[in-house]
Amino acid sequence: MVTGGGTTIDAPSGRPSPPEDETAPAVRLTGVRKSYGPVVAIEDLSMEVRPGEFFTMLGPSGSGKTTTLRVIAGFEPADTGRVELHGLEVTGTPPYERPVNTVFQDYALFPHMSVLDNVAYGLRVKGVGRRERAEQAAAALAMVRLPGVEGRRPAQLSGGQRQRVALARAIVNRPRVLLLDEPLGALDLKLRQEMQLELKAIQRELSERITFVYVTHDQDEALTMSDRIAVFSNGRLEQVGTPGEIYERPVNEFVAGFVGTSNVLERDGRRVMVRPEKIRLLAPGEDAPGAVRGVVREVAYLGSVTRYVVESERGEKIVVLRQNLDTSAERVLQERGREVRLEWRPEDASVLDHKQQEAEA
Amino acid sequence: MASSIAASRTPRARVSAALFRRPWLRAVLLLSAPGAWFVLIYLAALALLFVSALWKVDPLSGKLIHSWTLQNFEELVNEPVYRTIALRTIGIAAAATLTDVLLAVPFAFFAVRVASKRMQGVLFVAVLIPLWSSYLVRVFAWRLILAKNGILNSFLGGLGLGSVNIGYSNTAMWIVFSYIWLPFMILPVWSSLERVPDSLIEASADLGARGWRTFRTVIFPLILPGIAAGSIFTFALTLGDFITPTLVGGAGSTMIGNVVYSNVGIANNVPFAAAFAVVPLIVMGLYLLLARRLGAFEAL
Repeated sequence: MVTGGGTTIDAPSGRPSPPEDETAPAVRLTGVRKSYGPVVAIEDLSMEVRPGEFFTMLGPSGSGKTTTLRVIAGFEPADTGRVELHGLEVTGTPPYERPVNTVFQDYALFPHMSVLDNVAYGLRVKGVGRRERAEQAAAALAMVRLPGVEGRRPAQLSGGQRQRVALARAIVNRPRVLLLDEPLGALDLKLRQEMQLELKAIQRELSERITFVYVTHDQDEALTMSDRIAVFSNGRLEQVGTPGEIYERPVNEFVAGFVGTSNVLERDGRRVMVRPEKIRLLAPGEDAPGAVRGVVREVAYLGSVTRYVVESERGEKIVVLRQNLDTSAERVLQERGREVRLEWRPEDASVLDHKQQEAEA
Repeated sequence: MASSIAASRTPRARVSAALFRRPWLRAVLLLSAPGAWFVLIYLAALALLFVSALWKVDPLSGKLIHSWTLQNFEELVNEPVYRTIALRTIGIAAAATLTDVLLAVPFAFFAVRVASKRMQGVLFVAVLIPLWSSYLVRVFAWRLILAKNGILNSFLGGLGLGSVNIGYSNTAMWIVFSYIWLPFMILPVWSSLERVPDSLIEASADLGARGWRTFRTVIFPLILPGIAAGSIFTFALTLGDFITPTLVGGAGSTMIGNVVYSNVGIANNVPFAAAFAVVPLIVMGLYLLLARRLGAFEAL
């Protein structure tokens, strides 16, 4: 039970929902394909979202993540395949009959209604009485930390406040699955980072009842908030995993390159990936077995860290990040042209395309 | 340094720089011509209308008497026939406006939300084509359609449905006005519908609302300014029209425009014509106030 502003938000009244399978995934897509004319937006997509988790679909624009969200919401019918929510098939069900609510990228607040009427819209449609509507809307606004703006119009609010109203309007209905389509995309960096933490806190509060499915192209956002991340590219799912798995054990070069910076190197006929911050620049005179020799070509001082580009003996360009723990801008900038040795732990080198490799072996 | 740059410029560049530094001067230059037009032609004519409505005509000599009197307005209020004509005019205007709303909203909705881009272009041209031909020709065409032995009745007769007798009647005027002004309703409704983002309609469905509810609570309030704009055209144009009543109206179809026309032309009583012409202005003013009261412009 979640409380906010002293009032309890109860399960929605109105239409009785059919019995659900408690063990079923919150969202299950099976073989979903969606095309717009000749353009294939998603191709043979199968994935499962677990109940209560914060699941992020991450990918560049045009990768199919938003289309997938719209197929789950019911705005776009899938060409083929099956959509299930908590074990109920909803493939052909219209949006207004699905137990999901959406936070839109442009917020989609009704401009001619007050904040209260916006937030209470879903309740009004369900036939909840006026007083109860107002109480639940106030509770939802308190939960998104925006109390006392009920009487205002959306146009009188800032971008961040509108974003919170859009969130309140969705969660007040207690959807089983909350879909968020790049909700922080229009906010400036500082506000976005604040909202990421708040959104995560709200999700933790609601996780017993609501599953979050989040779309973003921002890898930091995905790593900050998600329990699991699905990486999309060209209408296909590249990898699904925890932020740690995605970052430390990317399955291919696309995932390695899209999430964070990576060095992809050839070692013993296999392609391996090492993250820049896992590589150690050895002190002058220090040596280690298997260390790579090279010359510092570029130095960029970034405040908290310094980024080096080292050209190895094999001609590879290797990016190295080093904390500016016991050095200064003046000193690191003198390191250009220096001969260095690089070292990393074997477990930090992740073999790419290993599925393919295993199949070939 | 700045003076040397300015000195090296051509006169044209200096003028444009001077204008750049004085935004008010640019505004004055931009608005002077339309402003003069507006004040001299538009407001002056309107003022003259109000002033002459307070004059009268000597019944014997037919000459204008430039003294203030409310006699014209008293006559309008006290003569039952003028009250009937005014109410008929307002009634026909209201009926045509309502009919055009009922036709334009579904049409524009189909064009904006359902039709393909190609189809949209075809529909847009289809709306505009009637405006390329003469108003008179189109009203005459309806005269041929609605006459007793006209196209409509020969069509109904061919189907074995008998015939209707609506030529030269108020019904004919209602049909013709609704037809003639329909593009003026469709275009503003069309453009107001285009400004409603898809995401609002999706959000409404997402929050559980079916189509009709979404239309009532989201789409309709947002296109109401467009409907209001269209209705200003349909209503005001009907209030002032005298051609359609002349051509397709019958014995009991006299409208304000006809009275104005006959007082200016035949009876030579310009003050009375002016007084009667003030009535549509007052009606329009009241109509706009009512529309604002009902929130028609809130979504603007």
